[in-house]
Amino acid sequence: MAVIEKQSMPKAEENALNTRMAELLNYDQALNCMRCGFCLPACPTYREMGQEASSPRGRIALMKAAADGLLQNPQVLEDQLNQCLGCRACETACPAGVHYGELYEQGKQAVEEKHARHRFWVRILRKLAFEHIFPYQKRMRILGGLIAFYQKSGLQRLVRKLGLIKLFPQHMQEMEAVLPETKASGVSQELGEFIPAKGEKIGTVGMFSGCIMDIMFLETNKNTVKLLSEAGFDVLIPKQQNCCGALHAHNGEREKAKALAKNNIRAFKEANVDFIASNAGGCGALLQEYNHLLDDEDEDMRREASWFAGRVKDVSELILDHSSLRDMGSLNERITYQSSCHLQNGMQVKDQPHFLLQSIKGAEYVPLLEGERCCGSAGIYNLVQPEMAGRILAEKMEHVRQTKADTLVTANPGCLLQMKAGIHKAGLSDKMRAVHIVDLLAEAKRIQ
Amino acid sequence: MEEKKITPEIKKQLLEAAGTDNYFDDEESLLAHSYDATPIYQAMPEAVIYARSTRQVSAVLKVADEHRIPVYTRGSASNLSAGTFPLKGGIVLVMTKMNRLLEIDEDNLTATFETGLITKDLHDAVQEKGLFYPPDPGSMVVSTLGGNIGNCAGGLHGLKYGTTKDYVLGLKAVLPNGDVLETGGKLTKDVAGYDLTKLLVGSEGTLAVITEATVKLLPAPPYKRIMLAYFDDLFAAARTVSKIIAAKVIPATLEFLDHGTIREVEAFAGIGLPTDMEAILIIGQDGHQAVVDEEIEKMTQICMEEAAEVKVAENDEDAERLMTARRAAFTALARKKPTTILEDATVPRSQVAPMVEKIVEIGQKYDVEICTFGHAGDGNLHPTCMTDARDEEELARVEKAFDEIFEAALALGGTITGEHGVGLAKAAQLEWKVGKAGMEVMRGIKKAFDPHGILNPGKMFAEETRERVVLD
Repeated sequence: MAVIEKQSMPKAEENALNTRMAELLNYDQALNCMRCGFCLPACPTYREMGQEASSPRGRIALMKAAADGLLQNPQVLEDQLNQCLGCRACETACPAGVHYGELYEQGKQAVEEKHARHRFWVRILRKLAFEHIFPYQKRMRILGGLIAFYQKSGLQRLVRKLGLIKLFPQHMQEMEAVLPETKASGVSQELGEFIPAKGEKIGTVGMFSGCIMDIMFLETNKNTVKLLSEAGFDVLIPKQQNCCGALHAHNGEREKAKALAKNNIRAFKEANVDFIASNAGGCGALLQEYNHLLDDEDEDMRREASWFAGRVKDVSELILDHSSLRDMGSLNERITYQSSCHLQNGMQVKDQPHFLLQSIKGAEYVPLLEGERCCGSAGIYNLVQPEMAGRILAEKMEHVRQTKADTLVTANPGCLLQMKAGIHKAGLSDKMRAVHIVDLLAEAKRIQ
Repeated sequence: MEEKKITPEIKKQLLEAAGTDNYFDDEESLLAHSYDATPIYQAMPEAVIYARSTRQVSAVLKVADEHRIPVYTRGSASNLSAGTFPLKGGIVLVMTKMNRLLEIDEDNLTATFETGLITKDLHDAVQEKGLFYPPDPGSMVVSTLGGNIGNCAGGLHGLKYGTTKDYVLGLKAVLPNGDVLETGGKLTKDVAGYDLTKLLVGSEGTLAVITEATVKLLPAPPYKRIMLAYFDDLFAAARTVSKIIAAKVIPATLEFLDHGTIREVEAFAGIGLPTDMEAILIIGQDGHQAVVDEEIEKMTQICMEEAAEVKVAENDEDAERLMTARRAAFTALARKKPTTILEDATVPRSQVAPMVEKIVEIGQKYDVEICTFGHAGDGNLHPTCMTDARDEEELARVEKAFDEIFEAALALGGTITGEHGVGLAKAAQLEWKVGKAGMEVMRGIKKAFDPHGILNPGKMFAEETRERVVLD
């Protein structure tokens, strides 16, 4: 080695993005990237594009270049961060343990604040969704009610019949087609705020009901509560909780994510639970990282955030690692499993779902080739980057087809919708269904 | 060489030669090709070109040569020698899209491929046919075979199976003037002229752009076993290595972790390693079951003479567990500090213990953190320094420490680099190993292949050789 040979890189003219990036980027983390390239084969967009800049190593280099004041054209960084799925498969592959997800969120925030110029309707939608709907449980319910009205009043049929749906882009149509039936009430309205353990109590779990989960996948939330009660947990569903903030954090709205996090911490702290149950990998991963999200807050807040983060577990972990429930019922079908990226790469929950599925008597479990790779859903990625998401989904569905499974299981609402859309698009609707793992277990165990 | 800039006129010619879809000079591409996996080094290229075919590479080189534009050929840029970063600007020629496996010839036991093929992909493909390509550098999930050939990559199997140079039989390579050179073939014996194949292996992209290669394959060993031994004395571990070889057993792997590495792996992975031990040997054998079982038994006996504890894996799961320590070594060290400098000073096998001792001593002298692990069987050690590139004062000490480590390796009959290559990182010390005469011959070879010096300029041949250090 010859350190003195360090090369000088050309500096860019001062610009707002570079300055903001220098303030926000966790530079220690960025330096931890030793550019070994182990992340390249793990990255879905690198595989599609084959270009260094579309890899985690390339994106970290771009973010670092901005923080170093070398980036001349901020658009470069915005485009690359938008193209990133945020699936964090690179973190699992990284020998140096770089927290790519954290750098990505910091990058997104800097771009959002100092550069991104959305078209006016995107701006309105973002403001509406991020500021006025997702943070408020009641408003989410109203939205759920509106969708339910759309689905049940005949409006949906009318829209489809009149061909109005064709006015929307292809990928929106595909999503509309698989939208589950929604309801205006959430899990706590349906089951109450306290559901006692069946049999001997082994602990108290606070149920994180989520925003989308609670309106679009109410049944899954209800089944989660029932399964946990069956496993011996008292289940509390704190009323004051709200959206986890993952969509905000992943889309450059970190400050709003922090506000949501603080409120959730308060709600669960008051309930004084042993565990906090998540049934959505996308939410769980952020909930588990509230301590990182809030690490520039005062000491009390940081302590509470650590208290919270340390208690968050995925439902499959709670059943397998913390309860003695082993009878997973029976089902006579062929099943396969598509992992949730944030469950696997964020929460590091890899084996538990496989084990639970293999415990269902009578069911034949077939592994999905590259089931650990992202399906292209990635939060709202499939809506904002439809082309790349479509390419990834097409490859995924080819692997799914080869399993000849009756049931494709997943563990996150976004993935579930994407898999439903994928099945629909691949013309497999009459042969295959997509189900959340909790719903499949409830079905196998005949939970009413 | 006076480097020329890519003028609009030259760009036009390059676009025509490369194809418009394969030529990039936007900021994103240039920044993302300004580095390789060597800490600290970075420089901006002027253009990035994706190689698509031998013919296209030939056309590109012709233009570059005519206008004296530097060409830095790279695969996945996972090298640790600052071997591919574009020191003097010019073109970065990326090989990763030339990645077709052209043929696995089961009659001749060879594989032929384009050099952008990922090493692991070749391993998987030949394994499916019951065959085996032994070179397995630590980076094989991402490294390209072209990179392996350019740097003569080693891996865990060097002792029993040799390194990349022992497997490459034939090459297709493009010279700077655009001529295509074909060397060797599917031949075990071939003495027609100088061995240009071997000359190009390890030439680090300074002589030609290798676009295709044919390598030798072996039948896959049907059976494998792993064992592990703890030692509370470094020299006892080293003596054990020598005794194993003296007993006429050549293990497939013979890996080593020193005290510092054991401590760091345990702190990181918590797998129950005894942190008071001075060394761990991880020993593997492969082949026919009867032979493997017999040799594992023999090695167990030898290890027990001086080891504090010996463990033999009874099944695959066990083996997996025993390998965790070795696999976690790099990870554990890489996570400790922001900058990880992984070196590859190599000594004759018999000198491993004195070398490790010397490394510990040098680390203490300069107050820098250096742990050593590596391939004890072939004397290839990886002294690994954990530091922070922002701390210039410490970096200066790190640099001095490594100069002494290289000098110590040379004094023990070793070399400055066993498997990573010279690149820029060791260019200033190359003469220490090969001497003035060696440098002169190499300069002559360079001139014969690349008279205008457009291939990987600034690498291998330093403008100035560093002054040798004097060991105490």
